[in-house]
Amino acid sequence: MTPAAYPAGIRFENIEKRYGGLYALRRVSVEIAAGECVVLAGRNGSGKTTLLRIAARLVRPSSGSVTFVCDKENATEPASRVGFVAHATMVYDELTAEENLVLFARLLGISEPAARAAVLLEEVGLVERRSSLVRTFSRGMRQRMAIARALLNEPAILLLDEPATGLDQPAVSWLAGTLRQIRDAGRTIVMSLHGESEISSLATRAIQLEAGSVRADTRAGGSLSSILSFAGA
Amino acid sequence: MSLLSNAGALLGKELRTEFRSRELLTTTMVFILVIIVLFSFTFDPTSSESRRFGPGLLWLAFLFAASLMLQPCFLREQTNDTLSALRLSVDDPFAIFLAKLCANTLFLLFTELLMLPLFAVLYNVSILPAFHWLLLVLFLGSMGVSLAGTALSAISAQARMRELLLPLLLLPLLTPILVASTEVTVGLLDRNPYMQWKGVGFLATFDLVFLTVLWLFGEYLLEE
Amino acid sequence: MMWKRAIGGGAVLALVGMSAWANFFIAPTERTMGLIQRIFYFHAASAWAGMTAFSVCFVASLLYVWRRLQKWDSLAVSAAEVGLAFITVVLITGPIWAHPVWGIWWTWDARLTSTFVLWLLYLSYLLLRTLIEEPDRRALLSALFGIFAFLDVPLVFGAIRWWRTQHPAPVIMGGPGSGLEPTMRMVFFFSVFAMHALMALLIVERYQLEKLRTEFDVVRREAEAL
Repeated sequence: MTPAAYPAGIRFENIEKRYGGLYALRRVSVEIAAGECVVLAGRNGSGKTTLLRIAARLVRPSSGSVTFVCDKENATEPASRVGFVAHATMVYDELTAEENLVLFARLLGISEPAARAAVLLEEVGLVERRSSLVRTFSRGMRQRMAIARALLNEPAILLLDEPATGLDQPAVSWLAGTLRQIRDAGRTIVMSLHGESEISSLATRAIQLEAGSVRADTRAGGSLSSILSFAGA
Repeated sequence: MSLLSNAGALLGKELRTEFRSRELLTTTMVFILVIIVLFSFTFDPTSSESRRFGPGLLWLAFLFAASLMLQPCFLREQTNDTLSALRLSVDDPFAIFLAKLCANTLFLLFTELLMLPLFAVLYNVSILPAFHWLLLVLFLGSMGVSLAGTALSAISAQARMRELLLPLLLLPLLTPILVASTEVTVGLLDRNPYMQWKGVGFLATFDLVFLTVLWLFGEYLLEE
Repeated sequence: MMWKRAIGGGAVLALVGMSAWANFFIAPTERTMGLIQRIFYFHAASAWAGMTAFSVCFVASLLYVWRRLQKWDSLAVSAAEVGLAFITVVLITGPIWAHPVWGIWWTWDARLTSTFVLWLLYLSYLLLRTLIEEPDRRALLSALFGIFAFLDVPLVFGAIRWWRTQHPAPVIMGGPGSGLEPTMRMVFFFSVFAMHALMALLIVERYQLEKLRTEFDVVRREAEAL
């Protein structure tokens, strides 16, 4: 796993998101440092997905701002490179694994898309199935595709929304191993999780959201396991 | 990276997907065929009547078929949330529209060109003398249908009853296309074919207006 | 506040009443068509008021897309509904006029046909709104459709006027060349003024209703979320 070229953190300032009068997020201000591996815990509807999607720039906050904070002095663009993994696989069923990655690599403006796709297929262990339609993949393999797609542009920050959903134990172990490598390469990880698992043990920090606000933060003295045990309860 | 190369890459994806399954093209063609045949039962297609009513029925068939063919356009991007993946990958969201626009225009044009000879045979009209002009009208008309249809497909994909909603929104909006295209086609299928440049200019204007609107407002259509 | 609305409402209704009276008693009887021609004052004035309402809807839609404030969405839907009501009046008074004069209920007169399409477009706009649950989505998507629809209107009128008036069809309101006798013209413009005043009143009232509805909706959704 190539080390992150420009480690970057995220600053959320007074993020608010309203859906027709209902608050999904209320004045959330969090600073995530470069290289941290953060778990977002909280019940369904606490705002985890919304916060992640705002960080990924898929959703516009009603007010407040998200900035990417880069440590490297003269780094400009790379700090904002973000990879996003969601519930859905975000790849095309009707294309092969290789075709999917080449397509997204081309869209991202990567100079040699085919080569990059090959590298990623190797990293996520899908080389043998490169020419199979994604439609034929199991849930675990789809998750690998999702990760591969998210890593195409060597993001400084990786965002994952409940990545372990629907995965069996071997797949969870594989995911934990992969995320460990990504973390150790210096990339920032923010992921929402339900409860403790092999994956949550990678965390260097945990933040609990409840009803759209930050309820607890290990950085502010909360305990990792107590935050995690609220998740999904 | 640039708008055009992104649109090109996505267009390739749209074409490849359709080429593999061919589901849109085949169902659209069959639907047009059914309408053309059914219409012929509603009046006796003698030559002169065909020349008067035929073009209108033809374009009506194209419009109905298009309103069905355009439904999956953005719906299929919802299944695996690939729309989010696209939004994350492209600089300018208009590239997504541009690609789908081109794809839809090509699909429509393709089915129309296949149906045209069939129409000529069933209704006893001659399409050969003015064929190159017919091509122009078909292109401009299909582009207009595609422009409005792609935009409205993005809207209806986010609403309930989308199967009924898209035709409902699209068909009144496309009245200008229907009228102008029909009129120009009538001229081209006449015993002494003539070209109505006013109609062509009008179609081009429609296309330009909606292309501009889509370019200005497209990203809002894709917002979450 | 209630005072102002009551007085305003009263004034508008008085205005409409005066206009109606003028339509029937001040305007001279038209030579060929007689009494029924007086419906023209309502018919044409309603058409103008309807178009103005749709213009308001267009501007409100643009403002919503730009600023995302709920009030623009409320204004847009209010204007669209009121506009649709006026256009319905146009479509009903058309046949009422046509039948005594020409013996047919409907004529594919260019303006009437275009108005019919206009009616369908804004009916679709309102229908679209009922099919989207989430208020912000509904506001944005209907604003965008409202923009498309309004920009389509001149194209509809243009196409139908250019290519669908070749057939010999009775022209409902007389072509652009048909002059109005001075008294008639005055009555007509007064009618237009009165209709616009009515339009403004209706939009304001509908807007207030919409404001209440959206507030109630927020409370209801918050309660459901608990």
